[in-house]
Amino acid sequence: MNLPHLSLAYIRARALNSVLNVVLLGLGVATIVVLLLFTHQFEQRLERDSKGIDLVVGAKGSPLQLILSSVYHVDIPTGNIPLNDAEKLKTNPLIKAMVPLALGDSYEGFRIVGTNHDYVSLYDGKTTEGRLWEKPYEAVLGSEIAAHARVKIGDKIVGSHGIVEAGEKHENSPYTIVGLLAPSGTVLDRLVLTSVESVWEIHGQGPHDKDEDEEGNGSDAGKPRHLQPQELTALLIQYASPMAAAMLPRQINSQSALQAASPAFESARLLNLVGVGVQTVQAFALILILCAGLSVFIALYNALRERSYDLAVMRSLGASRGKLLAAILIEGLILAFGGVLLGLAVGHALTEVLGGLLQASQRVYVTGWTVVPGELALVLAALAVGALSALLPAVMAYRTDIAGVLARR
Amino acid sequence: MFALRQIRHAYDKQEVLRLDDWSVAQGEHWLILGPSGSGKTTLLHILAGILTPSEGSVAIAGQDLDQLPASELDRFRGRHIGIVFQRLHLISSLTVLDNLLLAQYLAGTTQDPQGAHVLLTSLGLSDKAYSRPHALSFGQSQRAAVARAVVNRPHLILADEPTSNLDDANAAAALDVLTEQAGSCNATLVIATHDRRIRERFELQIALGAHS
Repeated sequence: MNLPHLSLAYIRARALNSVLNVVLLGLGVATIVVLLLFTHQFEQRLERDSKGIDLVVGAKGSPLQLILSSVYHVDIPTGNIPLNDAEKLKTNPLIKAMVPLALGDSYEGFRIVGTNHDYVSLYDGKTTEGRLWEKPYEAVLGSEIAAHARVKIGDKIVGSHGIVEAGEKHENSPYTIVGLLAPSGTVLDRLVLTSVESVWEIHGQGPHDKDEDEEGNGSDAGKPRHLQPQELTALLIQYASPMAAAMLPRQINSQSALQAASPAFESARLLNLVGVGVQTVQAFALILILCAGLSVFIALYNALRERSYDLAVMRSLGASRGKLLAAILIEGLILAFGGVLLGLAVGHALTEVLGGLLQASQRVYVTGWTVVPGELALVLAALAVGALSALLPAVMAYRTDIAGVLARR
Repeated sequence: MFALRQIRHAYDKQEVLRLDDWSVAQGEHWLILGPSGSGKTTLLHILAGILTPSEGSVAIAGQDLDQLPASELDRFRGRHIGIVFQRLHLISSLTVLDNLLLAQYLAGTTQDPQGAHVLLTSLGLSDKAYSRPHALSFGQSQRAAVARAVVNRPHLILADEPTSNLDDANAAAALDVLTEQAGSCNATLVIATHDRRIRERFELQIALGAHS
């Protein structure tokens, strides 16, 4: 016999009510756990994918779109830029490194990126098999594509025109797979990498040569013009010095044909937009937790009235006032602890399930089998709610007038 | 064993108890007699240290109760005094055995489930150790309450109206249990009652008068 045993006996004695309290608190905790897991992993993903990229230069348009298309590979590009503009930037002393990107085609829904080997080293990518591309029409596959398409080194794959939905196929010019990349947990896992020259050659010939003019007109209707030889889609830039952050974007944006956007700034803007929704759900979850606290309070408060004789008897058996206070507090804490455990379990399991569903449809990678920093604070806050809601009943137990209660008829 | 001097107690300035001098030796069995409202329960509560009289001093086993700090008084009560309430007040969420162990835990003595089983068996409750109080008959509940009162082998056992609402046979049985248990602990037994049937069983008696 000890205080937790005693508190548990009381919790069992009104099992239904206790279950209600635990479930209420568990729901609130689970909702916040799901939000924490999603936002944290989303932010981490954004951060990892833009690591080492200080600035992105591309065609004029929405800066967010430029970042989304050329860093995260989720939106369509803003357009293309002439190669000689890029060449001019190469000599700029504010730039330490510059990676070219040529986009426009896809393979089974995965984007084909024409770039150089620096792009792979940007994400610390390593080949598990084979080597990186050297000659035109050689391609290296990210880990997820290799698993998804069940291809191996030496196989030929055919790219489709267009990024979002598969257009006509470049049947005449298949790529040969020369290497497979190890999983890196970055955007690299979902890309087909090849040389810029391969992309140029494919678009410099083939079936859509003749309708170039048509496509050129299409850009006025908001659809980007398809990549032409001697053009690039975007440049990923690393600053040479902190001073570049102040000077380079202004320098580039003042040139009429080019636009510079910062991944850090645009990601923050995106998270801000998403944040409003997250905060709404968070507020809702907090209300759930407060309701659970109120419910625990009412349950303990009512129980206290039924239990006034028990409390008086315990005092007469030698319990100090402090022990009764502790017994009620422990009861609140046990309920809160149960709610926290339930919430953590449900939250993580739900995240894993939702993450799996999203992965199948949208290629967002979220797992429930991880712990994020905010969870500790959440656990402490939920336990504090339990303790707080037990506090007033506990103080009332502390103040029980034993002789008065026992003399009652 | 205990000595009361110049006890006065009043609720809302109305005197409910007046007792000038009462001394009891270790192992004696006493009755507190008096009609309802004569302050019997108040006197028991004062003896148990759960009520401090408005005036007067209480010494139990040489210990002045009003000299003890609150938490030590609680511990003193748990260790040395066993109380059988009129309405028994077993903790309904706990089994009979756990009620006994709770008494040991709250008194701060070693918990002894084996000893508690032996005690329950001696009171004919061996098969009720793991029952909840509501599954017990009144007689069984009363014996369980006595068991809880004596599980710490107290020096003083207080019983409030142990025979009210009982027929003659059961009243006699209840008193047998109390006197046997008090005897086995060599405890002083004090029974508050207005039951005339039990007067002749106890030589030592103190009568409280009705208050207007």
